[in-house]
Amino acid sequence: MLTKRIIACLDVKDGRVVKGVQFRNHVDMGDILELSQRYADEGVDELVFYDITASSDGRVVDKSWVNQIARLINIPFCVSGGIRSVADAKAILNDGADKISVNSPALETPEFIAELAAAFGTQCVVAGIDSRREDDGRLQVYQYTGDASKTIKSKRETVAWARQVVALGAGEIVLNCMNNDGVRQGYDLDQLRAVKDAVSVPLIASGGAGDYQHFADLFQATDIDGALAASVFHSGKIPIPDLKAFLRAQSIEVRV
Amino acid sequence: MIAIIDSGGANIASVQFALERLGAESVLTRDAAEIAAADRVLLPGVGAAPVAMQTLKEAQLIEPVRKLRQPVLGICLGMQLLFGRSAEGGTDLLGILHGDCRAFCPEGGRSVPHMGWNRLRPTTTHPLLAGLPDVAHVYFVHSYFVPVNDATIAACQYGEDFTAIAAMDNFMGCQFHPERSGQVGARILQNFLEMPR
Repeated sequence: MLTKRIIACLDVKDGRVVKGVQFRNHVDMGDILELSQRYADEGVDELVFYDITASSDGRVVDKSWVNQIARLINIPFCVSGGIRSVADAKAILNDGADKISVNSPALETPEFIAELAAAFGTQCVVAGIDSRREDDGRLQVYQYTGDASKTIKSKRETVAWARQVVALGAGEIVLNCMNNDGVRQGYDLDQLRAVKDAVSVPLIASGGAGDYQHFADLFQATDIDGALAASVFHSGKIPIPDLKAFLRAQSIEVRV
Repeated sequence: MIAIIDSGGANIASVQFALERLGAESVLTRDAAEIAAADRVLLPGVGAAPVAMQTLKEAQLIEPVRKLRQPVLGICLGMQLLFGRSAEGGTDLLGILHGDCRAFCPEGGRSVPHMGWNRLRPTTTHPLLAGLPDVAHVYFVHSYFVPVNDATIAACQYGEDFTAIAAMDNFMGCQFHPERSGQVGARILQNFLEMPR
């Protein structure tokens, strides 16, 4: 049986791993290579690197660390941030990344996802979606979330956009529920379920993990394929081996 | 020397790095003579079957690959290429192993692609499987699969059983990515490197 994936997200800013609360006030969390190796050794199933400054700064960032990570670790990893052309994506994949994730550039030019899928196959192309539950209950996609001062609400509704990115060729979606991000009160199960029901590709939950039970709740109450978290892993509050033992004890299949 | 056939897909680098971690040197090549002379050959593949077959055809590698006598390991799409025909674009493959490649259908809550860590179930003994733990998970990313057949030495289950590892004579293949499958994947690659010629 396919196991549920536990994914550590490393937000990268100027070559360091950082973490903010609700996308603000970034705090240094450590060296990329050291943290990546530690997670691989501890049995995390996948790593995602988000360069959170790239899209909102309008620059392509130094990605020499991609190649260093590919040489170092033996688990899959995905790179996101400032990938604006097929050539950008190709450079990262050639450096050894397994997948690339696009977010703001896809909102500007949805066809970009189709170009990436045609060039590298859908399995390489992840769509990142930052979604906020508005006061009236509607789920809305946000853009340029790497920088709080530049974040804007896009015109797109979350479930419709999820359907569209899959139709264009995204092979996976990471749904970041912004209201829950960094506040450690659990994943937004209703929102995740709404998106999962709309698409056929794997869906990864992001935003809200604060306790062991939040992961169990996610996997018991939904068909979500994986859980992504950052601060609870970086801080050591939830060690990966302990989390997996906890989930296994609740009959949730995870990788040994 | 290990030859990695440059089948045109991206992230071939990770295969090369995995060999590096095991202390093995490799060369990325489309040169038929270099491939024929190698101690062992890896056939990676990411992307679509029609594109990969077209690349091999243009490089005039189809016959030379079929004639290889040293250990050959196909990875992911590279394993599928060893078989007869793929439902992906109705493509004729290398035809070295018997069996066809079908598409996973998204049904009953099953996401497609099949992406993530799933459990290997050995169906026989084979040097490639030596020393694996009883519960061995490996990393898959694919939308097409080869049903279990005569060449299957390890199966996996995703709604239905499919071939996770195939082996017939000197030709072997992994549907998953051993280069991204942690200690288990490293052990399988090590086993491949240690197989007698």
